[in-house]
Amino acid sequence: MAQDDDSPMLEMRGITKRFPGVLANDSIDLTVRSGEVHTLLGENGAGKSTLMKILFGLYQPDEGDIRLNGESVKIVSPSFAIEHGIGMIHQHFMLVPTLTVAENVALGTRSTRWPLTDPAVVSERVSEISERFGLAIDPSVEVWKLAVGERQRVEIIKALYREAKLLVLDEPTAVLTPQEVDEFFEILSGMRDSGHGLIFISHKLREVVAISDEITVLRNGRVTGHTTPGESDRHQLAELMVGREVSLAPDRPPVDVGEPRLVIKGLSATSDRGTLAIDNLNLEVRAGEVVGIAGVSGNGQRELAEVVAGLRPAKQGSVVQINGVDAVGAGARTTRQAGLAYVPEERMRDGAIGEFTVSENLVLIDHGSKQFSSRGLLRFAEIKRHCRQLVDQFKVKTPGLDTSTSTLSGGNIQKLILARELASGPTVLLAAQPTRGVDIGAAEYIHQQIIAQRNLGTAALVISEDLDELLAISDRIAVMFEGRIMGIVAAEIATREGLGLMMAGVAEGSPA
Amino acid sequence: MSEFFTISVLFATLAAGIRLATPYLLAGLGETIGQRSGVLNLGVDGVMQLSAFFAYWTALRTDNLWLAALVGLGVGVVMGVVYGVMTVQFKAEQGISGIGIFLFGLGFSDLMFQRKVGTPTFVPHKLPTVDIPLLSDIPNLGPALFSHSLLTYMAFLMVPLVSLLLSRTTFGTNIRAVGENPEAADSLGVSVARVRYTSIIIGNAMAGVAGTALVLDLGIFQPNLTQGLGFIAVALVYFGAWRAPGVMVGALLYGLVQATVVSWKALEIIPRSWSDIASSAPAVLTIVALVVLAGRISPPAALAKPFDRH
Ligand SMILES: Nc1ncnc2c1ncn2[C@@H]1O[C@H](COP(=O)(O)OP(=O)(O)OP(=O)(O)O)[C@@H](O)[C@H]1O
Ligand SMILES: [Mg+2]
Repeated sequence: MAQDDDSPMLEMRGITKRFPGVLANDSIDLTVRSGEVHTLLGENGAGKSTLMKILFGLYQPDEGDIRLNGESVKIVSPSFAIEHGIGMIHQHFMLVPTLTVAENVALGTRSTRWPLTDPAVVSERVSEISERFGLAIDPSVEVWKLAVGERQRVEIIKALYREAKLLVLDEPTAVLTPQEVDEFFEILSGMRDSGHGLIFISHKLREVVAISDEITVLRNGRVTGHTTPGESDRHQLAELMVGREVSLAPDRPPVDVGEPRLVIKGLSATSDRGTLAIDNLNLEVRAGEVVGIAGVSGNGQRELAEVVAGLRPAKQGSVVQINGVDAVGAGARTTRQAGLAYVPEERMRDGAIGEFTVSENLVLIDHGSKQFSSRGLLRFAEIKRHCRQLVDQFKVKTPGLDTSTSTLSGGNIQKLILARELASGPTVLLAAQPTRGVDIGAAEYIHQQIIAQRNLGTAALVISEDLDELLAISDRIAVMFEGRIMGIVAAEIATREGLGLMMAGVAEGSPA
Repeated sequence: MSEFFTISVLFATLAAGIRLATPYLLAGLGETIGQRSGVLNLGVDGVMQLSAFFAYWTALRTDNLWLAALVGLGVGVVMGVVYGVMTVQFKAEQGISGIGIFLFGLGFSDLMFQRKVGTPTFVPHKLPTVDIPLLSDIPNLGPALFSHSLLTYMAFLMVPLVSLLLSRTTFGTNIRAVGENPEAADSLGVSVARVRYTSIIIGNAMAGVAGTALVLDLGIFQPNLTQGLGFIAVALVYFGAWRAPGVMVGALLYGLVQATVVSWKALEIIPRSWSDIASSAPAVLTIVALVVLAGRISPPAALAKPFDRH
């Protein structure tokens, strides 16, 4: 890239992009300078990813002009973008799990030993980059063996390997644990100091305030404001984004706690790899309370959710009861009939069918019920009415009920699943990472819905890595570490620091 | 039974097994490359029949086996382009498209045969065997392993070459990437379409050579010459866990069992009326192997999924 000191690294002017039924970007302007972290903030479906895909050559804009270092360019393809020093870390990992780190990094680049690959040369350069930016990784290991945080590092190395000067990070922290986020931000600071330009997208306002130099707010495909962390705090940012006041902590009126609805006794279960994931775990969730499960991911939370949902076998002697019905290995049908609603962590894999339409996903579970079918035929009018109501009530942003679910933005898919699950009138609610990738306004709504269920007497178990979320909605917080409950604290007396210590395996009350 | 376990019969059976394995191996390796790039081709059998006919016809008219082999390869390339246009360009459903190619190959080769040849006639010369100096002089083993046609040597030479292609070359890495996660490859500027086109064309070209090897080995063409051989080759890719050596083991298994059945029939160890059932032994073995292996190895994640930028 020719460096021209006067012109900013990137100028996007009047970018407009239409999809069938959606104006995803409406005349957007964006300027990014070298050595700055520029955050794009906006609700789900505001058009952030679309704008970035245009910058990276994955979509062509319908209107508008892009300048790199003052020079007008037409970004026709990802290769063009890469050649011009643009790197992108996508909202979903873009890695080939069966290839090694070095193979992933070198994919699409020239080899010094063409037509053969040159893993030694690649590994050496990867190590150089690793060292310079503190991205520890073994280049010879296959990507499927890596933890989520490590995969994120591979994504960054991929961009730096191509000498990206301008790096787009589309919700890079959504899947990282708090510790991983801290490490990640150190890497980003290092890159900023070395003159890179960074475009950062996140729904977590705490992060946005911590890392940004500039903030551009989008709503409904338009730019609605500019600010900096100095000018706006978290509450003001939330308001700018949603266009109204947002409460970051919902009201939790006191309710009488009833009998235990979810009972877990002596539960032990193995992970997919065959190691012990849950180790003699005991927990009760009673009617009218929200119990939060905190913990660094990979400490058995996923397995716990799957056992409770009836989808994973447990060891002999384990007891999991939903309203008195045995759930261990019982299958989803039985646990649902026992009164469970389940919002899974991997929503695209376990929660919705991407190729199905919005309304098909909304009645995925109940389509056989009396309300929606008679004599084996679906009652389309009734289904439509019901779906319309859910979409309105949960503010799912979609062009229509017949839209294919995979084209919705990430946060809207989550709202869709939650709408379906809560509509079933559960007595036990199990939600894993219910607001991951969901914008502030929607998160507020989802939290209100969970609390509303609790007020109606539902027993709710919420698994989350977001401590702010757990502190806001839980009555009690249990911390999981290495498959066990390290301790349970009433939310009123819980602190981030205390929970953090337990998450690291330091037992409550024991010397640190 | 004891007649079978004589040195000469056993080694003759081994030699025949290797010879019979050749078309399975060539077609299976080609299909492996295609599937690793994420494209399923059920049309292999049809492509083999087309190539077999045109190679046969060329050999019949010109008595030039090199030209015949080249024509067989060329027909494979043409069919590869056709299949690429269908599945990469127009993103047609691959299962159905492949069956379409198969039916076309079956019907068109038959039609051409009736029109252009009519009565089955042997080609003037079959594929000659080439003895490898010194090695073919080893008693018993020499003639079994080192006295084959050039196409057979080539097929077995392709095993390490395909392995090398897939694991050690940039193009092979692109093939694997495109077959596992085309979005990722696309986001790095790898052209999914180009990689898939190339893989399909290589795969079909190899199917073409497989058909050629089959017909020039027999020396004669008849309608539905392959009798499902191409479908077995597709199954061998699964059997071999999408790896060249695995496909080779499967192909050899097929060739050897077939040779054994032939030899037992000749020695009247099994009654002639049983021969059809005995011939299905390899198919049964494959199914058993697939059931045993099921779930342990996973196919390329994007297999049979057309790629579209979302
Ligand atoms: N390929 C597509 N086809 C049709 N509509 C699309 C497509 N991609 C995006 N959209 C629509 O464009 C709008 C903007 O989506 P985009 O993914 O840019 O949102 P976002 O701001 O990144 O949201 P999130 O925070 O949930 O990731 C949404 O309404 C979405 O449904
Ligand atoms: Mg997005």
